[in-house]
Amino acid sequence: MKLRVAHLYPDYLNIYADRGNIAVLTQRAELRGHSLEIESVGLSGEIRSSAHDLYYVGGGQDREQALIAPDLAAKGSALIEAVLGGAALLAVCGGYQLLGRGYRGRDGSTMPGVGLFPHETVAGSTRMIGDVLLECEPVPGERRTVAGFENHAGRTLLDGGAVPLGRVIHGHGNDGESGFEGCRVQRAIGTYLHGPLLPRNPWLADWLLAQAIAHATGEDPPVFVEVPDELAEEAHRVAAARAKSRGGRRR
Amino acid sequence: MSARIRLETMAARAVGHVSRAAGRGGGTTLPGKLLWKVDPRAVDQLAARLPLGVALVSATNGKTTTTAMAARILAQEHRLTWNRAGANLLSGIASALVSSDGSELGLFEVDEAALPEAIARTRPRVVSLGNLFRDQLDRYGELELVAERWREAVRALPDETTLVVNADDPVLADLAEGRQSVLRYGLDDPRHARPALQHAADSKYCVRCGTPYEYAAAYVGHLGAYRCPSCGNARPDLDVVARDIELTGLRSSRFTLATPSGEVRVELALPGLYNVYNAAAATSSSLALGSSLDVIRAGLEGFSAAFGRFERIAQGAKTIVILLIKNPAGANEALRTLETGVPPVLVIALNDAIADGQDVSWIWDVDFEPVLPHAGRIVASGGRAAELALRLLYGGLPEERLEVVPGLEQALDRALELTEAGGELVILPTYTAMLALRGILTARGVVPAYWDTPR
Repeated sequence: MKLRVAHLYPDYLNIYADRGNIAVLTQRAELRGHSLEIESVGLSGEIRSSAHDLYYVGGGQDREQALIAPDLAAKGSALIEAVLGGAALLAVCGGYQLLGRGYRGRDGSTMPGVGLFPHETVAGSTRMIGDVLLECEPVPGERRTVAGFENHAGRTLLDGGAVPLGRVIHGHGNDGESGFEGCRVQRAIGTYLHGPLLPRNPWLADWLLAQAIAHATGEDPPVFVEVPDELAEEAHRVAAARAKSRGGRRR
Repeated sequence: MSARIRLETMAARAVGHVSRAAGRGGGTTLPGKLLWKVDPRAVDQLAARLPLGVALVSATNGKTTTTAMAARILAQEHRLTWNRAGANLLSGIASALVSSDGSELGLFEVDEAALPEAIARTRPRVVSLGNLFRDQLDRYGELELVAERWREAVRALPDETTLVVNADDPVLADLAEGRQSVLRYGLDDPRHARPALQHAADSKYCVRCGTPYEYAAAYVGHLGAYRCPSCGNARPDLDVVARDIELTGLRSSRFTLATPSGEVRVELALPGLYNVYNAAAATSSSLALGSSLDVIRAGLEGFSAAFGRFERIAQGAKTIVILLIKNPAGANEALRTLETGVPPVLVIALNDAIADGQDVSWIWDVDFEPVLPHAGRIVASGGRAAELALRLLYGGLPEERLEVVPGLEQALDRALELTEAGGELVILPTYTAMLALRGILTARGVVPAYWDTPR
């Protein structure tokens, strides 16, 4: 089937190789006989809450993020409506921050966010940079790992009761203290991890695709047949080893 | 020179000899590191001894080549001290200065982050700024951070310092605005423009108002003839222009340089538009230091390659060409030189040490796609070979034309085996992979160690 994907602000939010994530989603959908119809939604574009099965929001440099932040905030309610209506979403780094309630700068200034994810981000005095390894439970009882790279000054503080993407095994994570990374709301995932994220964590790409299909069909997410992933597993193994040997340590 | 400085430099120089004798690399920064530690102000005093002063060169891409070109030009008329091995932090500059007895002029390539301090300590006559691209974000941070540091450093320059800027870069043109002594260089040959801005181009929004620029011609990344349709911010008039450019694949380029001192046709033994930019930068700095156009042409035409950048190495009946890649913009230009004739065998080597950038996501911003359909075989190598292999496969490289060989020496030998006699093997390594490959070739006696390269 044809899955409808909205890629938000690709001209502005593309700093951490976001096109790698899109390429993985596209090819893994095709492996299962599906196709992606990707629409770029920019400053003049509109979000219609039922028009897409999967949303993608990448990260940008501060200057580019500031250029789109007011526009994204204005589109926020439609995006929240889409996710509460069962659409899948992946937001990485800056996109993850922008989809929370807001960002408080070191100078006390505030940049309002979308309010999809139950968190607030506060600028820190140092950047948290390095390889990261997470342990996740996408469905209860099923343990998976995610290997990525983080580079953020913001400390993202989850509200009580908020569901993180995973537990930090090596690295800093959301705030360097809590031991958690990312956030999940229904079929939406926000995370600081790039690398890009999906080439070396293909199970996560499959999870997102299955959720997008569930949105499109109104049925349960399908279970995909396995495909050979030796190279991705090797890339994951090396990245996980880097996280172990040089990822930021939790205090 | 004060007695104290003399003693310190003697001690530092001795360390350099010991370091080289012990085979510990080139000893290119060790004496400087020592001096830098003992007395950072020694750099100020050693720089002040140079009767013709100091010129600094910085950029995300091309600073090593630009500096080496300028050195080739300037050394014809002046006794020159320069950091030839690319040791471009303050310690590297200190090292070069330590052995600067009898020199007249200092010429230093400077790391982008180290530029403000290098300016403060060496009080340069000329500062050349080549370009700002996104680069190793885990190390340098965002482009705007570097730009802001440069703005502050330029504001602190005295009026008599000549600022040389690549005016095709909107951020740099803006940074030179209002200064008295500026030389602006750029390209003018729309035949070589890209049809569109490349993927993930930087600085494509107006520095004044944030509106996307319109380009009459975009040459390399976001460098080109730009204009903001909203507020009118546009590329300023150029003082030094490269035009009528002819590129001949991986071999060479020819172009005309129009300058305030007249015009000259130059034949350069380096490929690619990015090297035309480097030549225009070296020309502008040399003009600012008083070189004539004849001397400039002779210097440029006598130039072959800087360390690890487009080195051509004979290995039996085969030729190895090394093109350093370190960030999306630079890698795109290296790949662009291959577009006219992709070699049958290509090695790409991705390491992830601090000097390479620990974050390897940048390879996804490189436009490998135009080259992949034409490459006969690609050997993916380095510590992150699997990651690189994924990138190439997702980019459309058929699996049967990919080999994954993480070990650099094994990858080199495998690729040489695949290369026909008389053929050319092109290697695109990241920085530490380049050093390691050069080390392997040096151990085999194929290339001289870099600290032995002739002056």
